Amino acid sequence: MARPVRFNITPKEADMQSHIMVAEAPAGHGGEGFFATSFEKVVGLARKNSIWPLPFATSCCGIEFMATMGSHYDLARFGSERVGFSPRQCDLLMVMGTIAKKMGPVVRQVYLQMAEPRWVMAVGACACSGGIFDSYSVLQGIDQVVPVDVYVPGCPPRPEAIIDGILKVQELIHNEGLRRRHSPQYKALMESYGIQ
Amino acid sequence: MKCLAEEERLNNMSVDEHIKLPEGSIERQTTTLNLGPTHPATHGVFQNILELDGERIVSAEQTVGYIHRAFEKIAERRPLYQITPLTDRLNYCSAPINNMGWHLTCEKLLGIQTPKRVDYLRIIIMELARIADHLICNSIVGVDTGAYTGFLYVMQYRELIYEIWEEVCGSRLTTNIGRIGGFERNFNDTSFRKLEKFLDEYPRVLREFENMFTRNRIFMERTIGVGPISGERALNYGFTGPNLRAAGVDYDVRVHTPYSSYEDIEFTIPIGSTGDCYDRFLVRNQEMWQSLNIIQQAYRKVQEFKGKDAEVFHADVPEYYLPEKKDVYTKMEALIWHFKIIMGETDIPPGEVYLSVEGGNGELGFYLISDGGRTPYRLHFRRPCFVYYQAYEELTKGSMLSDAIVTMSSLNLIAGEMDG
Amino acid sequence: MALTNDSIKQKLVEKFQDQVYNFEEPYGMLTFEAPKDYNLKVMQFLYDDPELRFRFLTDLQAVHYPHFKGRELAVVYHLHNLVDNVRIRFKVFTDINQPDVYTATKLFEAANWMERETYDFYGVNFVGHPNLKRILNVDEMDYFPMRKEYPLEEQTRIDKDDEMFGRGGTIK
Repeated sequence: MARPVRFNITPKEADMQSHIMVAEAPAGHGGEGFFATSFEKVVGLARKNSIWPLPFATSCCGIEFMATMGSHYDLARFGSERVGFSPRQCDLLMVMGTIAKKMGPVVRQVYLQMAEPRWVMAVGACACSGGIFDSYSVLQGIDQVVPVDVYVPGCPPRPEAIIDGILKVQELIHNEGLRRRHSPQYKALMESYGIQ
Repeated sequence: MKCLAEEERLNNMSVDEHIKLPEGSIERQTTTLNLGPTHPATHGVFQNILELDGERIVSAEQTVGYIHRAFEKIAERRPLYQITPLTDRLNYCSAPINNMGWHLTCEKLLGIQTPKRVDYLRIIIMELARIADHLICNSIVGVDTGAYTGFLYVMQYRELIYEIWEEVCGSRLTTNIGRIGGFERNFNDTSFRKLEKFLDEYPRVLREFENMFTRNRIFMERTIGVGPISGERALNYGFTGPNLRAAGVDYDVRVHTPYSSYEDIEFTIPIGSTGDCYDRFLVRNQEMWQSLNIIQQAYRKVQEFKGKDAEVFHADVPEYYLPEKKDVYTKMEALIWHFKIIMGETDIPPGEVYLSVEGGNGELGFYLISDGGRTPYRLHFRRPCFVYYQAYEELTKGSMLSDAIVTMSSLNLIAGEMDG
Repeated sequence: MALTNDSIKQKLVEKFQDQVYNFEEPYGMLTFEAPKDYNLKVMQFLYDDPELRFRFLTDLQAVHYPHFKGRELAVVYHLHNLVDNVRIRFKVFTDINQPDVYTATKLFEAANWMERETYDFYGVNFVGHPNLKRILNVDEMDYFPMRKEYPLEEQTRIDKDDEMFGRGGTIK
């Protein structure tokens, strides 16, 4: 017997008026020619819509990332038009693919070379937890060497899932406090990874 | 760990350790450049430590193994049908070819003969995978010489191939397509419609892609004469596939040892003459045209099966192919076979078999030794990328740094296949 | 005269008499063995002979048979005659305590990395190899992982429940 369907059972009517979503403005005080809000919100809004990712593509997930960057599932519409390969210039380290033990120090080195604020996204089952390769040579998840913000599971995750991951990173960036990187909890997190 | 230690060593090198250059060179000693595992030009993780005289390459040392996943050891733990997802991840740009090759190896070991319709459907899927692989390689060669548009344009048509695979097996990239003895379900009408759409739209796209590159002055100057290799040296290095055919040797496993009814299909093998990057590009383009031809012939042959024959999508081997659910619930033998296959009680006959298929990069070989148990005793993948990457130093010695980048991408090195 | 398995066997036996043995034909491919000191001589003969012409090294790997005492490691060569389209498999067995085998790199450049991989996984020492170091595993590894006595998983994990994964415990 088939399971009862839970999603998508009531079809949506095509509505020209409301299918365009306008993003909410942050809470603040506005007047003629000015809008005053807290600094955090403005910075968060600016940062989240202009992420420069560093695609650390090792294997199969890298090919799905190429499909995400392509025109069908365009990632550039979320602000990530310019992918950089230099860690000094990038905000988001997207680790896509299996990380072997030989590669672990390289990931760590690249993470250390990035400037604050930096975020890490683990794309694919292998980067999240070692994936199907429970063997002596594969690092069982990159969170053994670098702190990870968003995990995108899948083997490989569909481009829609990778975009979902980017949207979650955007949420994190939007809501991040300005002093987060100086807080004792963050320092403790870095200590636990051995990063100064 | 190795590349960090290398960096320290390179930083602390004394003058004597760099290669001293002869009189008339630009510098007195070579500069060492680490084209490291994370680099936009290395498509995949492998490292080249280059010794440069000015911009000319004096020597190149390769390091691989940055994505070694121990496939062969994992395979000793899994029954045959569970190894198919591992083979997916070898050459992940053309995963169905690896899957089909593995199924053919198992069928050779088990003595299963697949019906013709299954063979023709397999040919269609494998040639689609070959087109997908060559598309990535050629468009990345374009990107490395500066032409990004070709890549974006052609990736759209790769999405069409992904849609066909998704319709057949449910997954886009790591497909796990087919089973030992055939396919898991019959191809439905939607997949044939998508296939026809692809066959209608793609030739025009390929022609445009060719027009953009083949007689383009910049592309020709960047790739003609870059990274050449002669046929004899290529054979000695163990080259196979488009790289060998570009060097002038017409060795194609589909013609030499036909598998899966390739002998019923007529196609030509394009070969080059000098084995340089331009020849490799052209050979891959021509192979895509030939693949389109093969798909059309195979599709016509599939359409000739009518009525009951058109329902055939697997061989009649209940010991290795899961029976249909309605039979499992009603017939006793089907229930027993189902139980035995799922619980891993069916033993494979002892023996050793070697079978190779023409992968996107060359001869992908599977050497399977079985001792009669549930899992293989030894499984070895003969990976073409691993074998021909050794020749990289010979291909790039004396050329410029930018030529080295183009050579690397035109060889179509897939790190997953190289390390395995 | 077409090159058949029988004619190859005949020529080999003519040249090497009783130094080639254990001729078998699993699934149509002629397989034979030779003592490990003869591996280069046999391959050179197969390369040079104008009728045999096995000039392409398809594959080189090793197999570990822990129960064959004195001949635990087998190095297997797959050779291919491209002109007549014939494949052949050639094995040499060596003792695990002294796994020295002559290298084939002077004959086939393709054997270079394949032998490094075999050394990395099984510890077979190829005598005369230009650069015999580990290729796929980390350089600091001190054991040869593909040998049967070593496990697949890394042993330092504490977060996996061995019983549920079929290792140890009461579930087999």
